[in-house]
This record gives sequence, C-alpha cells and structure tokens, in this order.
Amino acid sequence: MAIFLTEQSRVLIQGITGGEGRKHGARMLAAGTTVVGGTNPRKAGQTVELNGTDVPVFGTVADTMAATGADVSVIFVPPAGAKAAVIEAIDARIPLAIVITEGIPVHDTAEFWAYATEKGNRTRIIGPNCPGLASPGKSNAGIIPADITPGGKIGLVSKSGTLTYQMMYELRDIGFSTAVGIGGDPIIGTTHIDCLQAFQGDPETQAIVMIGEIGGDAEERAAAYISENVTKPVVGYVAGFTAPEGKTMGHAGAIISGSAGTAQAKKEALEKVGVRVGKTPSETARLAREIILSL
Amino acid sequence: MDLFEYQAKELFAEYGVPVPKDKVANTADEARQIAAAYAAEGISKVVVKAQVKAGGRGKAGGVKLADSPDDTQEKAGKILGMDIKGHTVHRVLIAEATDIESEYYLSFLLDRANRTFLSICSVEGGVEIEEVAHTNPDSIARIPISPLTGVDHAKALEIVRAGRIPAEAQEGAAILAERLWAMFVDEDATLAEVNPVVLTPDGKVLALDGKVTLDDNAGFRQDLAKFADLASTDPLEAKAKEKHLNYVKLEGDVGIIGNGAGLVMSTLDVVAYAGEEFGGIRPANFLDIGGGASAEVMANGLEIVLSDPAVKSVFVNVFGGITACDAVANGIVSALALLGERGETVDRPIVVRLDGNKAAEGRQILHDAALTIVEQQDTMDGAARRAAELAGTGSARTPKGA
Repeated sequence: MAIFLTEQSRVLIQGITGGEGRKHGARMLAAGTTVVGGTNPRKAGQTVELNGTDVPVFGTVADTMAATGADVSVIFVPPAGAKAAVIEAIDARIPLAIVITEGIPVHDTAEFWAYATEKGNRTRIIGPNCPGLASPGKSNAGIIPADITPGGKIGLVSKSGTLTYQMMYELRDIGFSTAVGIGGDPIIGTTHIDCLQAFQGDPETQAIVMIGEIGGDAEERAAAYISENVTKPVVGYVAGFTAPEGKTMGHAGAIISGSAGTAQAKKEALEKVGVRVGKTPSETARLAREIILSL
Repeated sequence: MDLFEYQAKELFAEYGVPVPKDKVANTADEARQIAAAYAAEGISKVVVKAQVKAGGRGKAGGVKLADSPDDTQEKAGKILGMDIKGHTVHRVLIAEATDIESEYYLSFLLDRANRTFLSICSVEGGVEIEEVAHTNPDSIARIPISPLTGVDHAKALEIVRAGRIPAEAQEGAAILAERLWAMFVDEDATLAEVNPVVLTPDGKVLALDGKVTLDDNAGFRQDLAKFADLASTDPLEAKAKEKHLNYVKLEGDVGIIGNGAGLVMSTLDVVAYAGEEFGGIRPANFLDIGGGASAEVMANGLEIVLSDPAVKSVFVNVFGGITACDAVANGIVSALALLGERGETVDRPIVVRLDGNKAAEGRQILHDAALTIVEQQDTMDGAARRAAELAGTGSARTPKGA
C-alpha cells in the first residue's frame, strides 16, 4: 500500500497545455502514472502530446472525471487563476487535488480552504507551493523526480521539495512507501498530522521521516499528535536554525515572527515526545536507517 | 512586506479608518514646516514619531511631544538618525496630538494553525498584546473570521464586545473594525494591527498607531513597489531583487548558493555547525536559485554573493531533482567566464557539491574545466566543512582540478 496515491490512481492535470503542465505531465507518464487527461477551457476537445502519448483535453474537471474516471488532480495553474482552479476541483468533488503552484496569495488559499471545509472536505488538498507526492513504483503526482528511490518502508512528509529529494536520495537503499511534499506556504491543505495519521494506518510504512522548517507551529502540533497517536518510529529534521527573525527564507511560510516559529522550539517539541531529530539531513537519514534496520 | 506606520496610516485613511491628522517628514526642516502649517490651522501640539519597523519606539526615545514648530524641529532633529534596535530613523511622522480617554487593541491577522483569519480585540491597548496575554489573558478576545463571510457590521460589533470595549466606544470601534477588514482584504494584508485604538474625551474612536504586513505573493495584483523602502534595504538584497533572486543577507563568512528554499536553509545550518570547529564561521547569506539554474542565474547569484566583502568562501549546494547537475556544472563554468567578461575578479574558493540527477556528468564537467578556484566535495556535510575551513583559514587555495 501507500498513502493518498496508489497504482489505481487516475490523474488529471489542470493546466495541462501550459509549459509546466506539459513538462511534468510527460514526466509523470514516464514514471508510470496513469495520466488520463487534463483541462483547459479554451482547448477542450483537443489532445496534448506528452512523450508520444496523446492525452485528451477537457473543458472542466467535472468533464474530465466523467469521461476518464480521474480521481486525482494535479494543478499547475498560475497564481492568478489558482483559486478558481482549486474551487473547480472542489466543486467536481475530486477526492485529491494537489496544488503545485507557487506564489498564490494567502487570501486566495484561505478562501479555497474555507470553501473546501464548507463543502465537507470531500476533496483532500495537498499544497499549495508543494512538489506533490510520489508512491515510488506505483504513481507519481507532481514534480518529485521518480527515479531517486524505489518503493520501500519509509513514509516521508516534508514542507520542502529539495530536502524531500535529498532525503529520498540518502535513503534510497531502503525505499519509500510514499513521500508527500505538503508545501511551504503559511496555509496548506494537508498537514504533517494528516500524513502522520495516514502513515500510521498504512501497513507498508514501518517508519516515518518528518521534515519541517521555521515558521508557524505545525511541527509542535505534530509532536503533540505523535505522542498521542503514532506508535511507529518517527525521525525528524528541522531546517532554519540560522534563519534571522522577521525574514522570509524562500518559502512564504518560512518566517520567524518574534520568538515564534523557531527551529529550536520545533526540535525541542519533537524530542520531548521521543522523536529523534537529526542535526543535518545526513544524520537524519542515518537515524532513520538505524531504526529501520533494528525493526 | 512590513509597512511603516505612516504607510499603514495612509492605507487606513484610504479606507476610512479614522486616524489623527498627520504627515511624514524626511528632515527636521520639513517637520517644522508641517508643524507650522498645523499651527496655522489651530493645532498647537504634535507628536513626533520615529518611523522604523521595530517595536518599543517610545521606550527608545523615538516618540516625543512638541508644542511649537521650533520644538517640533528640535525633537525631529534628535529623532532623525537615531538607531532603534538596529534600524536607523530616516523619517518622522508629525501627528496631531490626541487627547486620550481610553486605549484598546484591535487586529486582523492570518491564523496559520487554523488555516483562516483571526481578529484579536482587547480593552487593554497601548501596550504590546503579548504582554497583555501574560498579565491579563482574560481581557483578550480571539474571534475566527471566515474568509468567505468576512466582517460586516454585526461581526464587527461581536468582535469589539468580545474584547470588552465599553459601550460608549463600541459603535466607533465597530466601524473602525469593519473598514480595517476591508483594507485587510483589498490590500492582501496578512496583518493589520491598531494599537492603540483610542477613545477621545469627545467620544471619537481613532487609530493612533498602525502596523500592516502585506503579502509578497500578491504582487501580481497589488502595487507593492510603492511601499518599497530603499533607504533601509540592504544594498545587496536590493540588487538581488532586481535580478529576481531570492537572497537574504546574513552576517557571516561563507557565501551560500543552493536550489530550493528548504535545502538552502538546511545548508546554512550545516555550514554553521561545521563552522563551530573553525572559530565560529557562519553562513553569509541565503540564496535560492530555484529549479532551473541557468548559467545566467548562476552568474548573477555568484556575482551577488561575491560582492559581499565578508564572504571568504562560497558553497554551491545543489541536489538535482528536476534540475540536472550537468546544466548546473555548465552554469558554474560559464558563470565564472561571464564574471570574468564583466570585469569581476573571482578570487575566493568555491566548494561545489552536486548530487542527484546527472551528478556524475556534472562532476565530470567541473573536473574537466579545471578551474583553480573550484573544488568539489561528494557530500553536503563534507562540502560544508570544507567551505567553513576555507573561510576560516582565509586565503587558502585549492589544488587545480580537484
């Protein structure tokens, strides 16, 4: 098994005719993902060629789902249109919407999240500003490179794309059940806690690696959740110990405000509940490997 | 982007949030002229307020009452140029002095944990809300605000009543809250704080101070440039922004270039750990060159990092995910050539770590280029250590084609 994304997943791409949508659509297909179609209201009825495969383009998410049975949407729509794209996905009741787009104003994200909640959270939202998720060997939805690691026993949840890749690379000898990039924005749909819960319930996942960074208190809340609900071993890593107060470090959400959101506080919260936290990505990988080998 | 008080109040005024009469001055002479114009209108007392993006201005001596144009000039002269928590005062706000009956607190902000907006309101204003949270937590009301329904007059009344603002100020405070919310939404703010909201003896409710943070991601639909603060921006950060680079200046010795915000943050940390061994070597900057590291982006990045005189070595840390390391390696080689053509002297060692997509090809390209100042390391930790060591020993040179 894996979480959220399996070999049965049928993926559509919102923004399939754009540069990013085409490039990553082709990569997803090459990784074995079942890409069934995409949307562009102005190009409905046409096809888009991805690596030699003609993929149908529909006007709406609902049309794509009706015609293809798609149950996952990967959204590459630029920031100005992203809110409408996510709301369309919610209205179509697609089970999973992955918002890759970086640079969405937080008022828009707050609005589509509130909308999703009002509609009963039928659509799981991952992102925005995330690399998506990969269940290696099964399916790949987003921009995570598919060839870093084979499938395996580790579940990974991370706010950062490249740190996700780094960690997958370091632990490629063990492999991953699913790696979820939840995104670096101040408001995101799926959280560390949602992923921890899913990994706890996934028989294939034997240990969990959780990567956090400065800003907000998601890691602290995840720590509280772990102490109550997670029996599988968790290894943590937090980036941003050297980040100054009040400066945004690349990710819109990566900012220390006053004394809130520091890496030290997150590390301490995690260690307090028995999570081993690595000082560097390599040390974190070593800790995870030790744990897996001792199981 | 954090705004100055005067910018926040300009926005307040635009949305009808009542504020005292005020005007910003860049010099003591301008301050005098503003006070003189006010005096002609019958306003004799003004407050001279330092414009810095830091709290505790009053305690630092950055807020003074003045009772004449001469006095205003003198007080402004003292405050201009002051250093408040590392911020130099370049401007003062000259505001009509307001008689105060009571002070309250009101804000709208992003509630990350609950993925929504929040209003905080308290009958205790004029002091930092964090302090009130310690001394009198019961006086603080936190009201979630739905992004879908927002704040109408009824909601605004609910907020100010929950904050226990007394009856005589409720209507005025509610109107202020409603308009502040309109500004918060229309301007893509992530924080709009009024502290204090004051009730005057004649029953008016005014925003006496304001703090506003705008969302940098909203640049495509908001004019953020008009709020840019060139005087206080680090020159390297300003230059990096012109070149669309995500750069943050820090105090340190090792210039950092990497791909992806998380990896770069992590790189800073790893360099700082490694640097402990070499007498406290620290990272000099954050620079994320993002996914597609073209030669031009790499050249711009290297140029910015190397124009920081504190930088003694550079660490280029790339994990090739989507980015292919051979392209990054070619980027480094052409970047150094490009910098040479631009007349820049690149004389500090550059430690490169390439991993992931096409790492072997990338490493080979750098090896074949045999650049004297470029040294390769296999791991992130090893490269961080080497960059710290080079920065610690100063003028160290690496063997050719390492």
